[in-house]
Amino acid sequence: MSFFAKRQTAGGSSSAAAAATAAAAQKPWIEKYRPKTMDDISSQEQTVAVLKKTMESQNLPHLLFYGPPGTGKTSTILALARDIYGPEMIGSRVLELNASDERGIQVIREKVKNFARSTVTHNIGTTNCPPYKIIILDEADSMTSDAQSALRRTMETYSKLTRFCLICNYVTRIIDPLASRCAKFRFRPLEETHSKERLEMICRQEDVKISPEAVLNLIRVSEGDLRKAIMFLQSASRLVGKDAEISVEVIADIAGTVPESVIDDLEACWRTKDYKKIATEVQNVVADGHSAAKVLSQLHGRLLKNDALNSMQKAKIAEVFGDMDKALGDGADEQLQLLNMMTRVSVFAA
Amino acid sequence: MALWVDKHRPNNLDKLDYHSDLSLHLKKLCASGDFPHMLVFGPPGSGKKTRIVAILRELFGPGSEKIKIDQRIFETPSKRKLELNIVSSNYHLEVNPSDVGMYDRVVVQDLLKEVAQTQQVDASAQKRFKVVVIHEADLLTRDAQAGLRRTMEKYMGNLRIIMCCNTTSKIIGPIQSRCLLVRIGAPTTPEICKVLHKVIKKEHCGPLPESLALRIAEDSGRNLRRAILMLETAKVQCHPFKENQEIPRMDWEDFIRQVMMTILRAQSPEQLQTVRGQLYELINHCIDPATILKTLAKELIEKVDGDEIKMKFAQEAAFYEHRLRTGQKAIFHLEAFVAKIMSVYKRHVMSMDM
Repeated sequence: MSFFAKRQTAGGSSSAAAAATAAAAQKPWIEKYRPKTMDDISSQEQTVAVLKKTMESQNLPHLLFYGPPGTGKTSTILALARDIYGPEMIGSRVLELNASDERGIQVIREKVKNFARSTVTHNIGTTNCPPYKIIILDEADSMTSDAQSALRRTMETYSKLTRFCLICNYVTRIIDPLASRCAKFRFRPLEETHSKERLEMICRQEDVKISPEAVLNLIRVSEGDLRKAIMFLQSASRLVGKDAEISVEVIADIAGTVPESVIDDLEACWRTKDYKKIATEVQNVVADGHSAAKVLSQLHGRLLKNDALNSMQKAKIAEVFGDMDKALGDGADEQLQLLNMMTRVSVFAA
Repeated sequence: MALWVDKHRPNNLDKLDYHSDLSLHLKKLCASGDFPHMLVFGPPGSGKKTRIVAILRELFGPGSEKIKIDQRIFETPSKRKLELNIVSSNYHLEVNPSDVGMYDRVVVQDLLKEVAQTQQVDASAQKRFKVVVIHEADLLTRDAQAGLRRTMEKYMGNLRIIMCCNTTSKIIGPIQSRCLLVRIGAPTTPEICKVLHKVIKKEHCGPLPESLALRIAEDSGRNLRRAILMLETAKVQCHPFKENQEIPRMDWEDFIRQVMMTILRAQSPEQLQTVRGQLYELINHCIDPATILKTLAKELIEKVDGDEIKMKFAQEAAFYEHRLRTGQKAIFHLEAFVAKIMSVYKRHVMSMDM
């Protein structure tokens, strides 16, 4: 090994080094600041504590991580694997499959089964690594239920040799027999203080100037999704350039939030029963390219704080919102749906 | 002999006519050398593709305009062969995976992985990554979108994705959180007028009356492509331009107007039969059923008086449009809509008479 290592350092010209630093600079921050060890993971104290305990006992149950996007599910299992196996062994002991790989029933039967049943030796070299492998099935909720059923027996038969880790957003999409074979861990959306710490750390390291209000806004628009927050931060810093300060407006712009004034106008429309006014307002919203789903969620946020409406009205309006969300999810036309929502709400709100 | 729309399409970020602060931001983004995944969204005719092409040019220089079209064959796990056209240059690929319908996941998995796993060997090359432009990303199935998730993160070194869509409502959250969202609003009426004048000036075909430009801009519904196409048709029809010249309308739009008249004239089963014939005619001419419904609803709402009935029509339109999307056969839903409208309208008229 040393022979190769030597040659590389001797032969590696400055251009290769420069290319490497350029690559590092181009690396997205979400990868660059992905937690490397279990200690780095922020906000999920309980999960991390339990996992650490199980690591000490050298016996890991099957795992099922679930929670909203950007809360550190994938990072946690990767960090866990790195802690257990160390950087050299991780390649041969961990099989990572995600939705971008073909994962039909065929793959489960062949690839996963073959990997699952190969045995591994206890100690290799000096590192003491546990006698099992890990198969990570990322985004497991997009697996067909057939493929999931095919896993059932595999998980049990080879549980001596292999641990499975399923990761998903919606635990309801995992069939019950699988869920009951795993230790479940829920990942909560990040708390504000933790997101703030993390973002400020990145700002310091990357030398980004950002106003404190913008950080708060960033946390608010990302709704506990740290990946989203970091992505927005990086985009914002690229947009404004090295020297300028990132302002609240830039963050709002990138996050695609609908400006408050637009929402105000829409809300004001509820009071009138004037069709023409509503229609022009909706037309403008659609033409400006605002996403109807975003408009809906922001209106919904306003609805709770609106004191002019009584509980009954709010409940009825919420029902209308529910219908619209379903229709949008099915791919209905945004303009017609907005129009429908606005006219129906105006009946209740007037 | 290219259409004016293509001929006068701006090809770099400086030449774009509106949203200049956005252009400035994009320019800075390209200049910084790093480039995130992007999700470009906005209504049709607002200049999404134009901006994407301009971004590519800004990133890679004129080389990105030398494009060729290949046909690639993908194979599904069930051994079905799918053909898909791919537009590519040395630096980028453009695909429209929704062309293959429910098999779009295969395309996303195969094609993107192939691109993603190919590294740029030449270290002195301008950019280390290739760009894949995905058109109509909002039509991608959930499976295909899920397939993009890890690929987007894992191969960020070699691959950048620009997605282009009309709405973000149908893009799953995890993809949105991995992209820089770029909203492109439709141009306002004065902005369209400005562009129309510019086109006329470049074409050297006489003065364009201000009122005509304004009428075209308003008729286009803030859709620039449509406005320019309308302008060109107007020129073919009558040149030099006249103040009060009629703006040519599409045949099918006129036809839908007739359908609207039929509906409002009388409401009876026989009338519904006539309307069915007309609707079939439209569908046979390959007009998208959703467009038929939307246009018809618009015409109807314009024609009737009274806020209440207008609102009612709008609500019914939304209801049946949703049904149409989720259903299988369009004619049922179109007819149901017409029948419903007839009944609502008749009741309305009768209550007025009382």
